[in-house]
Amino acid sequence: MDRGLTRVLFVDLSRHRFWVEERPELFRERLGGTGVGIELLHERCPEGVDPLAPENPIVFAVGPLNALFPLASKTVALFKSPHTGNLGESHCGGRSAVALRLAGYGALVIEGKSDVPVYLSIQNGRVHFRDARALWGLSSSFTVGRIVREQEPGSGYRTILRIGRAGENLVTYANVVAESYRHFGRLGLGAVFGAKNLKAVVITGRGRVPVAQPPRYQKLYRDLYERAVRSPLMRKYHDLGTPQNVGPLNKIGALPVRNLRAGRYEGDPPFLGEYMAERYLARRLACSHCPVACIHLAALREPHPDEPYFYKTTFVSYDYEPIYALGTMLGGEDPEGYLKLMDAVEHLALDAMSCGVVLAWATEAFERGLITGRDTGGLAPRWGDYDVYIEMVRRIAERRGELYDVLARGVEEAAKRYGGEEFALAFGKNEMAGYHTGPGAYLTFLSGARHSHLDSAGYSADQADLKEGRRRSPQELARALFSEEARRQVLSSLVVCFFARGLYDMGTCVECLGALGMDWDEDGLLHLGEEILRRKYAFKVREGFDLSSLRIPRRITETPTPFGPLSEEELRLALEEMERLLGG
Amino acid sequence: MARRLSVVDVERCVDCLLCAFACSRRFGEGGLARSAIAVRSVGGMERGFVVVVCRACSDPSCAAACPVGAIQKAEVGVRVDLERCIGCGMCARACPIGAVFWDEERQKPVICVHCGLCASFCPHGVLAFEEVAGG
Repeated sequence: MDRGLTRVLFVDLSRHRFWVEERPELFRERLGGTGVGIELLHERCPEGVDPLAPENPIVFAVGPLNALFPLASKTVALFKSPHTGNLGESHCGGRSAVALRLAGYGALVIEGKSDVPVYLSIQNGRVHFRDARALWGLSSSFTVGRIVREQEPGSGYRTILRIGRAGENLVTYANVVAESYRHFGRLGLGAVFGAKNLKAVVITGRGRVPVAQPPRYQKLYRDLYERAVRSPLMRKYHDLGTPQNVGPLNKIGALPVRNLRAGRYEGDPPFLGEYMAERYLARRLACSHCPVACIHLAALREPHPDEPYFYKTTFVSYDYEPIYALGTMLGGEDPEGYLKLMDAVEHLALDAMSCGVVLAWATEAFERGLITGRDTGGLAPRWGDYDVYIEMVRRIAERRGELYDVLARGVEEAAKRYGGEEFALAFGKNEMAGYHTGPGAYLTFLSGARHSHLDSAGYSADQADLKEGRRRSPQELARALFSEEARRQVLSSLVVCFFARGLYDMGTCVECLGALGMDWDEDGLLHLGEEILRRKYAFKVREGFDLSSLRIPRRITETPTPFGPLSEEELRLALEEMERLLGG
Repeated sequence: MARRLSVVDVERCVDCLLCAFACSRRFGEGGLARSAIAVRSVGGMERGFVVVVCRACSDPSCAAACPVGAIQKAEVGVRVDLERCIGCGMCARACPIGAVFWDEERQKPVICVHCGLCASFCPHGVLAFEEVAGG
């Protein structure tokens, strides 16, 4: 086993110190990524701590496959979430995983709070604490990246993680941005950075990773590569990217429109993947070591209003989830408006999904008179009116006035303060993803460890059931999603992108580990996956989480899914079964 | 006929780094410590990328700069005699395109040998392994 992987780098921002601890057993037993990260979180995070207190640790972890195998491209971050008050877990690609591993670490733990704003530069076995006072308050996360890029060495071998105004102002769904277009999204890692006076982290690494059985490794690599580039996954995510889902979801009536008052547009939605590609696609990007290149950048060409023939071109990344949240959920009809809002969200470094659901709630609440022009500071949110939405996200990031201060804490808090809980679309306090596919999707939002659609992909189970014309019992559905989520813990411990889940079946994972001299079998991995999931659940319960008291907003049972109207009772039955499984 | 590695269309590059990792696998290892090819952004991901690799100069600066004659011009590109090399780094400083990489562990240069392995793992048509007349 690579000894570099088992080194954990600790940084104490309060005392501006760093040290390394060797944890070979931890990595041997828990692989890396999520498996190692949750153990470090249990160890380092005091029970009941305020997520924005210095004592809340940030754990970044990579795993044995990073920098060795294709599509093993992710870093896992674990922390206590300021958004939900329990488990915060977020995955990010870009160059982050390769840089951290090749810097010679399996994990990085950041604790404490600096007395002045700093950014960290990690290179050549050292951590440099750089003065970031001049970077604090910059209006754009892009500018922060540019300055750090010019100040620090290591071009081509580094990752630059940074926050924007939203993180500085502790918006509970602020992101950490990597490489301009990738994110540690959801659940507010950006706010935890902000609370620590931590503006950015740049990690440079170009080390070597030894392999136990080189010929076996080389052959396995070639097989995986061939399978990856020939797979339908490659075509689907390379060609149109995730926005290829817009059309099919609209067709089955599973695309949330106008705060889920509807499940489809009457005609074609204005954000079809095909249309976005033909009209705006300018460049594709990949995470390090991923041949798929699912990241799609749109070029938005706009005239400067004050001078003829004077244009600016902005590059905006677009994906299915932001299109849902900032496009369809807001009743958008204008892709350029959506791209401009997305660009504003990126500059502020907010989570696009939470942001969209918050704006959708505000639009409906304004329509119903729950909030008025006095609350909004004179703005009148209206479906599809992007000029107003862009101004609103700026006020949210600045927390200007009581309404925006509350909106900066998510839709659950907003509904608690102003009403409208029945159409406040958060689950376990995290705003929903863009899938009104059926009971599976909502069971994932409710019971997944991160309340993320990617925890157990219930939307995928729904669509499979729909295709086969079957309906599972609540208990069967819970068991299927539990085992899928358990399996995903193995991938996020290695750390392999979930898009590659078809490629990395458990047998393949065993083979990969074998070539690295790590002896596992399929049962062992699956058992580990379940154990990791239960450890995450235990952390949540420790922090006050209770599956049986989760709020289910009425809206999801009113707008019919492709299966017809959902029943809250069935969802509750599935949750009971899930609680039993998670309790072990 | 001799073959040369060539960056044929850098505009197709997506920064996946599969070329750089392929290069390391020549040594049966992962990571990038001994990779002779690198990718970096032009200045922000949205502006595109630069692929840095030996372009097999007809009159190589690296060979000319070596004080001990450890770098010899080959049919395509150069070959480094690692036993003769004293690790002074003159070659790396001499290459104007930065294509002499440095193995920090061994304190020796790493220069592309034009084996073409990276091109066979480039999924997007950036690299090609082309026949050259006369080397």
